[in-house]
Amino acid sequence: MPTININRQAFEKFVGKKLAADKLKDRISMLGTDLESVSDDEIIVEIFPNRPDMLSVQGFARAFSSFIGAKTGLAQYKVESSREKVIIDNSVENVRPYTSCAIVKNLHFDDEKIKEVIDIQEKLHITYGRNRRKVAIGIYPFEKIKMPIRFMAKKPGEIKFHPLESDKEMNAYEILEKHPAGKAYGHLLNGLEKFPIFIDANDEILSMPPIINSHKTGKINHDTKEIFIECSGFDFNVLNKCLNMIVTALSDIGGKIYSMELMYGKNKQTTPNLEAEEMKVNIPYINRLLGLNLNETEIKKLFERMGYGYKNKNVLIPSYRADILHQADLAEDIAIAYGYENFMALIPNVATIAEEDKFEIFKNKISDLLTGLGFMEMSTYALSNKEAQCKKMNAEIPLIELANSISSDYDVLRAWTLPSLMEILSNNKHHEYPQKIFAIGKAFKKNEAFDTNIEENENLAVAISSENVDYTRIRQILDYMFMSLGLKYEIIEAEHGSFIEGRAARAMLKGKKIAYLGEINPETLTQWSLEMPVAAFELNLSRLFEAME
Amino acid sequence: METEKIVYALHTFERKVLPVLKEIKSFEKIAEKTGLQKVEVMRALQWLENKKLARIDKQLKEAVALDENGIEYKKKGLPEVRFLKSIKQGPTSLKTIQEGLHLSKQEISICLGILKSKAAIEIRKVGEELVVAKTEFGEQLSNKPFPEEIFLQKNFPAYTSELKDLDKLAFENLKKRNKIIKLSIAKIINAELTDLGRKTIEHGIDEKNVIDRLTPEIIKSKAWKNKKIRSYDVKINVPSIYGGKIHFVSQAIRYIKRIWLDMGFKEMTGNIAQTSFWDLDALFVPQDHPARDMQDTFYIKAGKGNLPKELVKKIKSSHENGWTTGSKGWQYKGSEEAAKENLLRTHTTVLSAQTIAKLKKNELPAKFFSVGKVFRNETLSWKSLFEFIQVEGIVVDPDANFMHLKGYLKEFFAKMGFPDVRIRPAHFPYTEPSAEVDVWHPLKKQWVELGGSGIFRPEVVKPLLGFDCTVLAWGLGMERTIMEYYNISDVRDVYKNDLKQLKEMKIWMR
Repeated sequence: MPTININRQAFEKFVGKKLAADKLKDRISMLGTDLESVSDDEIIVEIFPNRPDMLSVQGFARAFSSFIGAKTGLAQYKVESSREKVIIDNSVENVRPYTSCAIVKNLHFDDEKIKEVIDIQEKLHITYGRNRRKVAIGIYPFEKIKMPIRFMAKKPGEIKFHPLESDKEMNAYEILEKHPAGKAYGHLLNGLEKFPIFIDANDEILSMPPIINSHKTGKINHDTKEIFIECSGFDFNVLNKCLNMIVTALSDIGGKIYSMELMYGKNKQTTPNLEAEEMKVNIPYINRLLGLNLNETEIKKLFERMGYGYKNKNVLIPSYRADILHQADLAEDIAIAYGYENFMALIPNVATIAEEDKFEIFKNKISDLLTGLGFMEMSTYALSNKEAQCKKMNAEIPLIELANSISSDYDVLRAWTLPSLMEILSNNKHHEYPQKIFAIGKAFKKNEAFDTNIEENENLAVAISSENVDYTRIRQILDYMFMSLGLKYEIIEAEHGSFIEGRAARAMLKGKKIAYLGEINPETLTQWSLEMPVAAFELNLSRLFEAME
Repeated sequence: METEKIVYALHTFERKVLPVLKEIKSFEKIAEKTGLQKVEVMRALQWLENKKLARIDKQLKEAVALDENGIEYKKKGLPEVRFLKSIKQGPTSLKTIQEGLHLSKQEISICLGILKSKAAIEIRKVGEELVVAKTEFGEQLSNKPFPEEIFLQKNFPAYTSELKDLDKLAFENLKKRNKIIKLSIAKIINAELTDLGRKTIEHGIDEKNVIDRLTPEIIKSKAWKNKKIRSYDVKINVPSIYGGKIHFVSQAIRYIKRIWLDMGFKEMTGNIAQTSFWDLDALFVPQDHPARDMQDTFYIKAGKGNLPKELVKKIKSSHENGWTTGSKGWQYKGSEEAAKENLLRTHTTVLSAQTIAKLKKNELPAKFFSVGKVFRNETLSWKSLFEFIQVEGIVVDPDANFMHLKGYLKEFFAKMGFPDVRIRPAHFPYTEPSAEVDVWHPLKKQWVELGGSGIFRPEVVKPLLGFDCTVLAWGLGMERTIMEYYNISDVRDVYKNDLKQLKEMKIWMR
């Protein structure tokens, strides 16, 4: 999750209150942000994905100041009309249909401020903008643009400009192929016949979203006093929220916000719109959910602690908040303002009947039987690899593969559990013999009767390794188990690559195959670099349990 | 009385060794005399020493043995002696002596050196030839054995610290010469009777009246009535044995289950392979949420999954516009195809969703828990696993609230050994309010994060349950608590299955 680095002095100035390090740590954690570190000069905070408005130092400081009671209530932002227009051409409709724009003036950029603005832009891109898929943000020196601006789509061959971080003019294809930003985000334009561009009245291309700005008209520097900001994407509301997060942060550092007129054909929209959204507050719902008994005055005060306004049973939601979908979201902010630490820990007086899963009980009983025979239980992974499951076992078993495992040692779902035990024996060669081990674990196979096309069984594997182990010794274990379960089973001869020919058998219960047992083939032993004989069985516990029911 | 008690406690080996110690001290000789194996003698001596009947003296000594030339010279005689004896009367040509004795050139020059230094011979040159003559002193010398000769006839190994006078001189001389003597460090064990040992022997060690091991025959024949059964040293260490054991992770799981069962929770179980629909969509995780990215989640090559049609509609609309929950929803167009992707469950919260979907109104209030494996596409390292255990719980109760969430969690962690629990604001797509769960670590003196919790959003509950209802929910990690309890610092060691470690591991005592 993204973190923001905050200059502590500037932060304290903005917050309007100095806090001791301990108190600061505590309050940051209790606001719903995760403190990474705090020093005399710097605070590093992790921002959760529901609060992209706190990804700017200003946004975070604003929320914090209000939370600790320094500057509470709805922050007011003034928007003046610039009367400037952005004309949205029909050609973007199936390409990147929306944009939301603003102008901010009275800015005084130095290196640090430029970095800060780029930081906000990048962090919003990654999180709220979902790596520019949902929102792409462009920031331009307003002075270099000849108004009005047009947002349109053109054939890539016709788009030609000098992109940022490049030394020459390129066409759109060249940008996608050669420019770092083109390589990183080019896939977002896959399959499009036309690419979107912002272009000014001099036919100067400002940018090609969501890829890159122009070097000539899309780079802010120390001389920049006024900027043009656009967010482009597929959902007008999302773009507006994103724009609001940026302009309010810029206003907090002294910028003056100007709105623009967006001409969607005959439909005119004016952005940014920083009017608070009103939502009726369901006080009984909030009280019930939190177990509190707050009256309206208290609720109002708590809302103000979280940067909201409150008027006539309605909460005024700041225009930069993108996470309020339901009363439940309001309830959480009331809980945060009330203080999670102030909630009592209560156990309600409600009678419910406990019940352990029957199969889980059964598995425990089987484990207890085996430990009674001196076996050690192993705890194994459900993931394995083809080599362990098939090749080393000298057996061909169909496996289900993972699509994207980053480890080649664990890239299939295990089809049986015995290979896990063989690996354990192989890793424990230097320890004392006899070794008697077992494991119960999930085994997977394809079966279209299931919603996922995968059947899952719990398999029990048991292995004994010692100088004098043989078929009898392992058969005795199975006999004892079935006797203890009050079941009669049948043994038939079997062939299985992992076991010695003539010393392998299959156990049948009520006509169903339930287990393989026998002495492990010396070839298999050698594959696992084992020098001690092993006898083993693999039993489908799920099937056994079903048969017993 | 004291001595008698000692006598009855003597083991057969001790009975054999103890009297021998009156005359013999050397370990090897004791073995020879008693006819016992060396290990048996050693054990007997150790026991005797423990009982203060004997003292064992172990010393490291430099041992002298004969090397290949030494062995040869022991048989044939030393070359210089043979050289001297071969000079019969008057001067003899060196060549003749050399040929007669079959000595190497090197040996001849050693002989000449030694004999000249002892003034036993004189060498002269006659023409081109060297001629040797015995001196009068040489004549005297050849009539009695050289000290070196005597030394070679000793019993080996001998010990340098025990060599005296002429032997010592001979040893020093021979040590310098080529491959006559070999030196090594030997462990010398001697045993000596103590006063108590001597007293015990005087008392008499009567073997006939002591039963060493009770046998069915002795019991039946009542022969034990007139005899004394040998006493044991009950304080002595015995060899280790090991039994079968439930894996410590399973032991912890059993305990955790017990806690929830004691609080009236029902157990949930279910599949590890799930559709994205159940694992994510049903929990209101938007389809463009970063958690769904390839890098975090294991997707399975098993075709597209089947989805419950009616539920899909409700949940899709709950994502898109909030359905009838009063929510705005996430405001995007969902894809049914994306929901059909099969994956390894990323949390056991999927089981909670499936449980709620089956729950009926008249079954409320209801409480459920599960302890099960969840998966994350990570490489195995000392601090990360790709497969680990989650402790899940839900309380479906229209009257439940946020304080109860805190109450259940506090109760659980108190039983896990962490009485101080705090919750702090967090974010999960499926809960609101959401809370991170921290416990106070008394040794580290800091809060340690052990899981996430919250109240399920109406957008989760209403489509699954059919109506809105408060559902408290939590998902807690378990490996960290286990590692803490067993002092394990590398998380891979939790699933290492080292047989020695498992045999020796203490049981889960909570």
